[in-house]
Amino acid sequence: MPASRCRQVREMSTQGHSAATTIADRDTWHLAEEDDHGHDHSGGATYIGFWIYLMSDALIFASLFAMFGVVSTSYAGGPAPREIFELPLVALNTALLLASSITFGEAMPHMEAGRVGPTRIWLALTGLLGAAFVCVELYEFSNLIAEGAGPQRSAFLSAFFALVGTHGAHVTVGLIWIVVSLVQMSRHGLSEDMKRRVMCLSMFWHFLDIIWIGVFTFVYLWGVLR
Amino acid sequence: MSASHDPVDPAHHGHGHGHGSRRGYWIGTLLAIVLTVLPFWLVMGNVLRDPQVTAILIVAMALVQIVVHVVSFLHLDTRSEGGWTLLAFLFTVVVVFILIGGSVWIMFHLNTNMMPMSGPSAAMG
Repeated sequence: MPASRCRQVREMSTQGHSAATTIADRDTWHLAEEDDHGHDHSGGATYIGFWIYLMSDALIFASLFAMFGVVSTSYAGGPAPREIFELPLVALNTALLLASSITFGEAMPHMEAGRVGPTRIWLALTGLLGAAFVCVELYEFSNLIAEGAGPQRSAFLSAFFALVGTHGAHVTVGLIWIVVSLVQMSRHGLSEDMKRRVMCLSMFWHFLDIIWIGVFTFVYLWGVLR
Repeated sequence: MSASHDPVDPAHHGHGHGHGSRRGYWIGTLLAIVLTVLPFWLVMGNVLRDPQVTAILIVAMALVQIVVHVVSFLHLDTRSEGGWTLLAFLFTVVVVFILIGGSVWIMFHLNTNMMPMSGPSAAMG
């Protein structure tokens, strides 16, 4: 698919090589892209654009991880990770998020085949697992704050809440996106535009699971080992 | 980075963002589950006596699991979008390592070389 797209672009550029800057040429290029967009649901520019967004989001998380790494032992006389982290809860959360990644993976072949029903069921299941993840995380946060281990207690806890909270906020946005997709799918079915949106949503969701690998390893497991 | 190296593959046509095969997806899923369960088991079961060895193992498994997820769930390969997604990904990996590794390294040395402080702020470490 990308190859065919690039070939078209290359053809256009050889055709219009002599007068590449004229407005007419630009029009031709756009027409070609519209046409390309019509017959295979490439949306190539969307995917690479969304990929670049994910990479920039990875940099946001990298700076939060860096901050956490720097202050991860600055307890200020407050609790250490070993005293406050409940690994069974974290294991449950990790399982929920991984399972939601897998159920989203199950939705994709149905979506590509244009089967609206199964796509919606798998997507709804993904949303439920994601919602359970957010609930467990909120429960963990409220427990920590009730124990006096809130974000204001020490630099370590500030960084912890900033990092894990930012991830949780991303998952919440993903949940909203899933609900919107489910509603849109029930109204419009699986048009090419819809497939492109769900494809981006799946990339976003899998990306969040990848960030969580870093969180459960470097924040929770590493913290308890220390 | 050239797009000339694969002719239109009829099997792949219309597959959008180059989905990997179902087999690759299931291998990735199994690996992801194993690589998630193992580090939790190592830490929660206190399997190894030496926490340093455990730490090295869980970090290694996290790095492997990230690669597994990127390949089998995000379908990153050398061909998608003419290789630009791979290039962007590798660039991001480099920046992430410089950002995290550099920050921790510099701040660790600053902390170590800091004059001992007195008063309540000393506990801030």
